[in-house]
Amino acid sequence: MSVYQRPVKLFWWLEKRSYVIFVLRELSSVFIAWFVVFLLLLVNAIGDGAASYQTFVDWSGQWWVVAINVIAFLFVLLHTVTWFALAPRAMVIKMRGTRVPAQGVVAAHYLAWFVLSAVVAWVVLR
Amino acid sequence: MNHRRSPEPFLWMLFSSGGMVAALMVPILLFLFGIAIPLDLWSPAPAHLLAVLRNPITRLVLFGLCVLALFHWAHRFRYTLYDGLQLKRYAGPIVVLCYGGAVVGSVIAAALLATV
Amino acid sequence: MADEITLEVARYRPGVDAEPVMQQYQVPLREHWAILDGLTYIKDQLDGTLSFRWSCRMGICGSCGMTVNGEPQLSCATFLTDYAPGPIRVEPLRNFPVIRDLVVDIDDFMTKLPTVKPWVIRDVDEPVEAGEYLQTPEELDDYKQFSMCINCMLCYSACPVYSLDQDFIGPAAIALAQRYNLDSRDEGAEERRAVLTSPEGIWACTFVGECSAACPKGVDPAGAIQRYKLTAATQSIKELLMPRIKR
Repeated sequence: MSVYQRPVKLFWWLEKRSYVIFVLRELSSVFIAWFVVFLLLLVNAIGDGAASYQTFVDWSGQWWVVAINVIAFLFVLLHTVTWFALAPRAMVIKMRGTRVPAQGVVAAHYLAWFVLSAVVAWVVLR
Repeated sequence: MNHRRSPEPFLWMLFSSGGMVAALMVPILLFLFGIAIPLDLWSPAPAHLLAVLRNPITRLVLFGLCVLALFHWAHRFRYTLYDGLQLKRYAGPIVVLCYGGAVVGSVIAAALLATV
Repeated sequence: MADEITLEVARYRPGVDAEPVMQQYQVPLREHWAILDGLTYIKDQLDGTLSFRWSCRMGICGSCGMTVNGEPQLSCATFLTDYAPGPIRVEPLRNFPVIRDLVVDIDDFMTKLPTVKPWVIRDVDEPVEAGEYLQTPEELDDYKQFSMCINCMLCYSACPVYSLDQDFIGPAAIALAQRYNLDSRDEGAEERRAVLTSPEGIWACTFVGECSAACPKGVDPAGAIQRYKLTAATQSIKELLMPRIKR
């Protein structure tokens, strides 16, 4: 008896909105890796002195580098938002016998994010 | 029980920790150094940045961030290639490219942050 | 409200069709009719050769899973009026081999399910005279959600990983394993571990989350899988760092 197997298209994820968002979320990891490269270039530039740091700032001020970093920033935000949204599904935390509601877990993540970002900004900009 | 020990649980743990650390720290750092400072919204003095960078806590935090973020990318990108482009038959080279890349990046990060 | 609505139904006759062919039928658009009622009308009044599975008509048996307008649905739980004015495209459940028309081969799942040992496992069974294994309401809440699975396999139909690799053990099987792992009466987590942590087990899942979106009973298999990833990873790390400790 011959059964029928529906073939899977190469770009199966273009067929549904939720799949597209999923693949974009996964691709955000590429921009996380880009950030690490950018960070190491920055560290190298700072370590080589004021002149090399200034050269780096000038280079990263060029329109195409800013464009890459703006796009990267949007993807990194996508990563953060989706990561926090999914966190309560992976961790079940109980306090005094009852399960912490999902919004509580998400809120704690955003609070930590805000506090950490404020600390980093203060350290860098003071 | 150990005869079938696979690296997957450890790779997933690295992915997971990396995802959390990246989610918390990358947005602000990318905003400051990738957008705000190059566009002249702020201009911290190079001497100040060097002092911050040379602090052992900074070195440790940035090293941890780099390693975890790279392994987060490696694990996620590996599965993106498997599922998104259906390249699972090339699992061997993909694993080498991804985790190897993360290892190389981590070594470079260590060297740079130790000698800055 | 119009009188009728068009159902475009996939027909596949093995040995006759090379691939499914869409056939159109006009069915009455009754306010309280589900897709299943439309299909039953077709079989009774229009075309007796149409084949499809159904049983309870009320969303508890899990038999009537189909792809409706591209989405995995229970045909008894989706209503004609939700898709008016139509047409409504009804196809067999995706990611399973099609035997005929809307009937799919579910042997893959039926073989996988026993491998996760979905029953209470005790180190030593208490004698019947000792009575029931008692459980508090809080202990019931720990796993109750995962016990709601009706084995309808909409989650397998929604899962992109399963569509690419039928060796993936799949959302429902893992959720059902968790239903027992988290049951206070069960002592069999270690016995389920090898199957769940194999490369085609939890590690193939990338938390797309479509399984939970498709689930008609709110089981959240994606959540079950992620929780078990954390459990399994933590256990592996503990074993690496403290190999002498017996579980």
